[in-house]
Amino acid sequence: MAEQRIKGYQTGTYVVGNRLLDPEERSVQARMDRSNTLTSGHRACRGCGEALGARYALDAAMRATGGRLIAANATGCLEVFSTPFPESSWQLPWIHSLFGNAPAVASGMAAAMKVKGRDDVRVIGQAGDGGTVDIGFACLSGMFERNDDVLFVCYDNQGYMNTGVQRSGATPPAARTANTKPVGSEPGNVFGQGKNVPLIAMAHGIPYVATATVAEPRDLEAKVERAMGMRGARYIHAFVPCPLGWGSASEDTIRLARLAKETGLFPVFEAEHGEITEVSRIRRRRPVTEYLELQKRFAHLFSPTENRPVLDRIQADADRNIARFGLLGGAGEE
Amino acid sequence: MLEQLEGSQAIARTVAACRPEVISAYPISPQTHIVEALSDLVRTGELAPCEYLMVESEFAAMSACIGASAAGARAYTATASQGLLYMAEALYNASGLGLPIVMTLANRAIGAPINIWNDHSDAMSQRDSGWIQLYAETNQEAADLHVQAFRLAEQLSLPVMVCMDGFILTHAFERVDLPEQEAVDAFLPAFEPRQVLDPAEPVTIGAMVGPEAFTEVRYLMHAKQLQALDAIPPIASGFEAEFGRASGGLVREYRLEDAETVVVALGSVLGTIEDVVDGLRDEGVKIGVLGIKCFRPWPLEEVRTALGSARRVVVIEKAFAVGAGGIVGQNVRLALDGLGVRVDDVVAGLGGRPITKRSLRRLFGDVLEDRLEPGALHFLDLDKGVVERELERMRTHARPGPHAENIVRELGIVAARPH
Repeated sequence: MAEQRIKGYQTGTYVVGNRLLDPEERSVQARMDRSNTLTSGHRACRGCGEALGARYALDAAMRATGGRLIAANATGCLEVFSTPFPESSWQLPWIHSLFGNAPAVASGMAAAMKVKGRDDVRVIGQAGDGGTVDIGFACLSGMFERNDDVLFVCYDNQGYMNTGVQRSGATPPAARTANTKPVGSEPGNVFGQGKNVPLIAMAHGIPYVATATVAEPRDLEAKVERAMGMRGARYIHAFVPCPLGWGSASEDTIRLARLAKETGLFPVFEAEHGEITEVSRIRRRRPVTEYLELQKRFAHLFSPTENRPVLDRIQADADRNIARFGLLGGAGEE
Repeated sequence: MLEQLEGSQAIARTVAACRPEVISAYPISPQTHIVEALSDLVRTGELAPCEYLMVESEFAAMSACIGASAAGARAYTATASQGLLYMAEALYNASGLGLPIVMTLANRAIGAPINIWNDHSDAMSQRDSGWIQLYAETNQEAADLHVQAFRLAEQLSLPVMVCMDGFILTHAFERVDLPEQEAVDAFLPAFEPRQVLDPAEPVTIGAMVGPEAFTEVRYLMHAKQLQALDAIPPIASGFEAEFGRASGGLVREYRLEDAETVVVALGSVLGTIEDVVDGLRDEGVKIGVLGIKCFRPWPLEEVRTALGSARRVVVIEKAFAVGAGGIVGQNVRLALDGLGVRVDDVVAGLGGRPITKRSLRRLFGDVLEDRLEPGALHFLDLDKGVVERELERMRTHARPGPHAENIVRELGIVAARPH
């Protein structure tokens, strides 16, 4: 694979900064004219990855469309913390309908824009992992299959956090949730086959699929901008840690998002028309334990005794991702 | 223009004349011919501009209509039976958001046992969903009601369901005077949404509302739907003035003058009932008919006025509340509260069973001769022998098996038979 394009000015090993950049090349978030689409005052928890992800994604989309953007939002944390009426944090036209229908609502909005000759106004749909990979999945697949002109963003925090941290189809194996407690012979969530929605999205052959994490906002912004430069069904799967649901420190949100990528547990890539076009390589490969031990949802794997077989299985999953997506060999890898 | 055509074709062409901008539908019998024909009209460009979304479920169909309507487009869908139930969550959402979506419901039974034929179980299951419900007696009326439905929906910013009997109307070929495009354009102004998703004026739609305001919001839904009782009569008379024929309205009275016995019903069965009533009138029986054209909102005053001087009322309905009784009947009793009018509920035509003149005549004879057990829920043409044998099987067998299969096996038939 070709050498990776660096999307931001690298000021250190990890940090993708702005200060030394020409103002025109700064990230959307670093600009004075950013749209603050999800503005301050909302009620997300301290350290919420979803609020960060939504802000990065929507501000980038607003910039890419010149502010001509309308949004459909599924039920979930993002909807609840942003719109306890009469307050609303949304500075763009925004509709919340139901938990499972955001992709279909977005399809209807895109159809309305098309029929009215307003296809300069673009449509974004957004949901958490429950609203995307589980209850909204049929509508999402339908929207992909019809290639409706919608960018759908999933903010994946790996569980039903809004209802009290229950397991979703995106919850990783062994994780403790409210209904996969570390009791019985197989503590935590089961080892299933997983439900990799980015790959399923690619199987629809849609114009654009990407994954991203909140640890690399420049990357997320660039992917949103790229997506908004295309027509048809597009999908971005953003990895957003949840301090409340994961039992992690709120200041560790970015660290966890970075470790998810650097362990290989969450591959970061782009695909067009079903083919992977770019992979964000691991810069400093880390063992999965470094990621897991920061989260109380995996505490039962470390105490009272270390559960080596389960840790090995999780490491094997990460290794499989690394091999499958070719995550090693990036510039600056140690 | 007068044409001899299938009900579904009449609906499709009338809906097209209403210039929907987004159609989103999923196939289910007996709605299919309507949306197939609309798909043709969009593909050939006869209906333009219009986007037709072939969605993956009824839930998505209604959801796409919600998105389209909120974005300012006139939105339409059609469904039936299980499809209506599958979109139930979205139905409540559309009405709660006050989106003027119009939907054709090709009335069909709900399973199990699965049954594709007509009754009103689907519509009645969603009577409290906040949608206005209009019931067509003929294909002419079904077509006309769609023109009125768009006008009503957009005037009140509420969704409207036009109910027409599946197969009996949707698949029947009869003469229909199709509303002309120019007349429809004159009758139905362009859609002006009350609020719209527009980057020039950002709004938040569908926010969370807690206990501090939810009651008031729901009260307003009720008040807003009741406004339809004032809006429908002028729309119906305006339609009559424009198109030269009466269609719709809240209720329709038939030979109610001096009637001591009144039959209440909805939908296509009214024609058969009126025929039987004509015969009884010829014999000097003081009997009449009240057709309910608008079931939601419930035209309580109109029903009370129309039925208040009757001695007895028999409600014929194609659905019932399992474990409770008649649905329309309960609403009629509410309207007649304190007047001392006896109301009998008769369930008829379930799952497509024909409602024949002979059966109705026998029923009305029982009513007139006071042979109906008061307070009981009556079933027209119920095969008592079959149900009693099945009840006996339940009593005597530890594992009696499935009722539906037992009964069909006993009857030895696989299709509806005439009664």
